[in-house]
Amino acid sequence: MGKILTNVRLSDDFYLIEAEEKNDVKAGQFYLLRGWNEYPVLSRPISVFDADGEKVSFLYKTVGKGTEIISNLLPGEELILQGPYGNGFPADIKGRVAMVGGGVGIAPFYYTAKKYKESGMCDQIDLYLGFSGQAVLEKEYRSTADNVTIDIGGFITDSINPLDYDVILACGPEIMMRVLYEKCMKLNAKAPLYVSMENRMACGMGMCKVCTCKTKSGNKTACKDGPVFLGSEVFA
Amino acid sequence: MSRLKTEFAGAAFKNPVVLASGTCGFGRELAECFDIEKLGGLSSKGMMIHPHGGNDGIRIWETPSGIMNSVGLENPGIESFIEKDLDWINEKNVVNIVNLGGHAKEDYYRGVERLNDVHLDLLELNISCPNVKEGGMNFGVKTEAARELVREVRKICRHKLVVKLSPNAEDIVSLARMCEEEGADGVSLTNTFLAMAIDIKKKAPLFNNGYAGLSGPAIKPIALRMVHQVCKAVKIPVMGLGGITSWQDAIEFIMAGAQVVQIGTGTFMKPDISLDIIAGMEKYLKDNHIESLDEIRGIV
Repeated sequence: MGKILTNVRLSDDFYLIEAEEKNDVKAGQFYLLRGWNEYPVLSRPISVFDADGEKVSFLYKTVGKGTEIISNLLPGEELILQGPYGNGFPADIKGRVAMVGGGVGIAPFYYTAKKYKESGMCDQIDLYLGFSGQAVLEKEYRSTADNVTIDIGGFITDSINPLDYDVILACGPEIMMRVLYEKCMKLNAKAPLYVSMENRMACGMGMCKVCTCKTKSGNKTACKDGPVFLGSEVFA
Repeated sequence: MSRLKTEFAGAAFKNPVVLASGTCGFGRELAECFDIEKLGGLSSKGMMIHPHGGNDGIRIWETPSGIMNSVGLENPGIESFIEKDLDWINEKNVVNIVNLGGHAKEDYYRGVERLNDVHLDLLELNISCPNVKEGGMNFGVKTEAARELVREVRKICRHKLVVKLSPNAEDIVSLARMCEEEGADGVSLTNTFLAMAIDIKKKAPLFNNGYAGLSGPAIKPIALRMVHQVCKAVKIPVMGLGGITSWQDAIEFIMAGAQVVQIGTGTFMKPDISLDIIAGMEKYLKDNHIESLDEIRGIV
């Protein structure tokens, strides 16, 4: 449970909600969010946009009933928070890093870029953000990265040259991540590609097996073993 | 909490609230959220003699007051369960119910034989999973087809045996009676209801298997009716489940005749919902000067 501090509409269907929450969060983790008691039955898994040990914020898109209810919550009301869950992106990333986000898949890369910058181990952090409509939070993203490339209405995967990087992170529609994986393979890129999977979830803690990813090393739960996997584990 | 003390087939429950199979893993994850020793019991994820990867495609879909799942009994197999999880559960002060599934009769027999060698409190035989082809629910639909399986399992099984019934059975009352006749120590009902969703863009079933299992409050009134009918028809104890998400729901199942209740989908709404249900039941009994659940069990 966290008291909502702000809940702002950023574009037609993108919102940013901030609530009180003291847990430590790793880059790429998510929470199950709930702004109601009973229905819908399931809470919504939403990536952390930013966190500081006192509060946490989430960039989310209204896609169904649950996110619609969350979008109507007002400051001062309570947000039910369960988490942080998931493995997150690797913490020990070095060298030149690219982060490729599609749609609301850009959400984890603000905090991730911030964390990587703090670590001091990355020589360069470039963001590639793809939107189908209006871009959001451009100023915030530009403040965390060395370079930000924005694509609206096209394919963000066309903008990146995987050979320029030591590590690539991706989050967004599965087809976008798969296309990026295939591009990396085709170019024989040495950079490992980490992808954050968005499988439908229920429990969020690894016990119900509804979000199973079939990987090269067997079945893994997207919520607990993931959501971050090597592209070569899930797409090969 | 003495008012909530319950016995089921010789197993002593400190309260009648059990986590339902498939919604709580082996309890490890929930143990990080709350004290699982406050629960009456835990029915672990359905095990099979061989590891099983489960179904492809979408596995979960919401309905207005429920969920449909098509997990397909993904499980690591009995050997892995015995090696990694069984001791952990046995060390907890909860009734340890081990749920066993299978693809074919031979799978069940081998599973039961293997489990004969280990300690557990109750064996819950799942003849009712709608998501496993060539087995599971096929055994649970027709009473006479299920009879051979239950009879053979009863012969082999050295543990107390609870048979988990499908609401998709042609006649769930005759199925329960058959279990009693064949020597089962109890029955649990209901598993999920066979259901469907269609992807109207693709003009195809949403689930790769075509159909999936509906659970949650959407099924509660039907599950309650079935539990009521079965409780009137058999003398062996009944575990009631199907959409229980509040203490009032749980009391209804007890009044319908259930000895204990299981909580499944509710755990996804609130991980420690079972503790709320236990506390609510306790308060209800106290407020109404009811000393034991026996005073209201089957009263309707």
